[in-house]
Amino acid sequence: MSVLVDKNSRIIVQGFTGNEGTFHATQMIEYGTNVVGGVTPGKGGGSHLDRPIFNTVADAVKQTQANVSIIFVPPAFAADAIMEAAEAGIKVIVCITEGIPTQDMIQAKEYLKGKDCRLIGPNCPGVITPEGAKVGIMPGFVFKKGRVGIVSKSGTLTYEAADQIVKAGLGVSTAIGIGGDPIIGTSTREAVELFMNDPETDAIVMIGEIGGGMEAEAARWIRDNGNKKPVVGFIAGQTAPAGRRMGHAGAIVGGADDTAAAKMQIMTDCGIHVVASPAEIGVTMKSVLK
Amino acid sequence: MNIHEYQGKELLKRYGVAIQEGIVAHTPEEAVEAAKKLQEQTGTGWWVVKAQIHAGGRGKGGGVKLAKSLDDVKAKASDIIGMQLITPQTTAEGKKVHKVLIAQDVYYPGASETKEFYMSVLLDRANARTIVMYSTEGGMDIEEVAEHTPHLIFKETIDPRVGLQGFQARKIAFNLGLSGNAFKEMVKFVTALVKAYEATDADMFEINPVLKTSDDKIIAVDAKVNIDENALYRHGDIAAMRDTLEEDATEVEAGEFNLNYVKLDGNVGCMVNGAGLAMATMDIIKLAGGEPANFLDVGGTANAERVANAFNIILKDPNVKAILVNIFGGIVRCDRVANGIVDAYKQIGDIKVPIIVRLQGTNAEEAKAILDSSGLKLMAAVELKEAADLVKSVMGN
Repeated sequence: MSVLVDKNSRIIVQGFTGNEGTFHATQMIEYGTNVVGGVTPGKGGGSHLDRPIFNTVADAVKQTQANVSIIFVPPAFAADAIMEAAEAGIKVIVCITEGIPTQDMIQAKEYLKGKDCRLIGPNCPGVITPEGAKVGIMPGFVFKKGRVGIVSKSGTLTYEAADQIVKAGLGVSTAIGIGGDPIIGTSTREAVELFMNDPETDAIVMIGEIGGGMEAEAARWIRDNGNKKPVVGFIAGQTAPAGRRMGHAGAIVGGADDTAAAKMQIMTDCGIHVVASPAEIGVTMKSVLK
Repeated sequence: MNIHEYQGKELLKRYGVAIQEGIVAHTPEEAVEAAKKLQEQTGTGWWVVKAQIHAGGRGKGGGVKLAKSLDDVKAKASDIIGMQLITPQTTAEGKKVHKVLIAQDVYYPGASETKEFYMSVLLDRANARTIVMYSTEGGMDIEEVAEHTPHLIFKETIDPRVGLQGFQARKIAFNLGLSGNAFKEMVKFVTALVKAYEATDADMFEINPVLKTSDDKIIAVDAKVNIDENALYRHGDIAAMRDTLEEDATEVEAGEFNLNYVKLDGNVGCMVNGAGLAMATMDIIKLAGGEPANFLDVGGTANAERVANAFNIILKDPNVKAILVNIFGGIVRCDRVANGIVDAYKQIGDIKVPIIVRLQGTNAEEAKAILDSSGLKLMAAVELKEAADLVKSVMGN
């Protein structure tokens, strides 16, 4: 199997009946994703998109044996939704919501410690395993099945990378959008580790951006674990000035180690095939896999 | 969101953090009134006139002056209000000063020596926890301390389950070499500071210097306060502290259109959907021989109105010599975006600079056909590489 989600995943949607939840749940179902129900407090017992609505995640898990959740609830309530999913025994929690206060995420992240679950995001496009499951907001048709894993902090840049990988005659095993916030559930290193251990992934695209130390941590882990699979890397924000936030809450150059140049150097030193231009992700992967 | 020193101190005081007292003034006359009032309240005989702008290093640029009489307050305030203050953290033109803080003099002589410390509260991203960072080396640039004497910088991590504990506050006070009343005051200071940080949903507090006065009080002499914008919905009073005069006028306008725009110094404007792809597009511009004039994320719904607003924002910058539009149409179809671009172009009328439009994703080829047959001065591309080459050609490389 690929990583995190596949055709056997049983998925519920938190914030099921809202605009975002309805739109993307529809798209996920059309893709063939096994959406087994949704949660909207107060609307339990009803049905939406031909799936049952539950008042709580615990109810949904009990009735549907759901093991994956995707969260579309507004930022003020999203940390609560993450904790509810964890408490109910959901194994993979994908939080799409953008704009969650940092203090809320500190609490949520602490709450998840020691629980048998993995959070992806927040502020992310989600996870897709082509021909298996789309648990996210990405355009499904871009991701053709193959053996390259993608991990990225950004949405549209993930689609760009997948498109190039597919046009290079390759395909995607799973793509994980880990999110652009300062606090996220799954780090670049953890996503890379999943791919390194996945027999259906032969190579990895790792896309980062300015801010934080996740890419450097992942690069050192890859080196320390013997560079078992080739990794092509790109860091967005080579031209971003220090101290200015570039859209994503976490995309800000705070110190010398936060810059794109510093990260690219560390990645190169650790044996990663770093591309300066995002237009070269596909062709570089193709040449590396020759 | 950045706020001014005087606003930051107001927040700190609300949570029991001892501060250097002060009153804000917009004119030299107000400054004198403020000085008189402050004298009544605190007994101070000298005053510090401090420029209020959203940038550090104000003293180095002549934005902080000591005044030893009321006449002197008036003169110093007259000098500073209205000046173009240039500091290591501003652009070369500097920032216009609209107001000053008249603050009490806290470096008065007394029983013991005064001593300056550094203290900040911020997020440790790697551990997803709040930390207190502090140093015995106050009053100077912390980056320099980190470079030359890193062993003089200490960090204390706060456990989110229980908050800052007493033993941690005491450890901080001990590490700063304090004893007696100053020690007790520091324990109180740190405890209140962390409480203020959490209660205001701050992103960062930087208090440099924290001063031990000659009579062993511990007070915040400066306050750089940054609030988490995502949490402003629950702090209406703090949200009202936003000073748009301190922000770039075009960025403020873009914000009103819900466009995420950051003004930069280059010559090629760009309009992109998604923050990561926007940064990547700026990188492409640089690699093609240009310099990005902005960061602009139009978001998911790139309709004619949003595109027109985005074009208008980008075109306000006279340095823009070309524009690169890079949209990856996933759920939003490229042909609809293309129609939006054509409509926006016609609404604006004559656009003098070349525009390169790269639309990729659903119906990308149809989109290119719409652009090619529009009769407008648009260069259409589908692949990112083609777009990069077009930027190169218009930049004359």
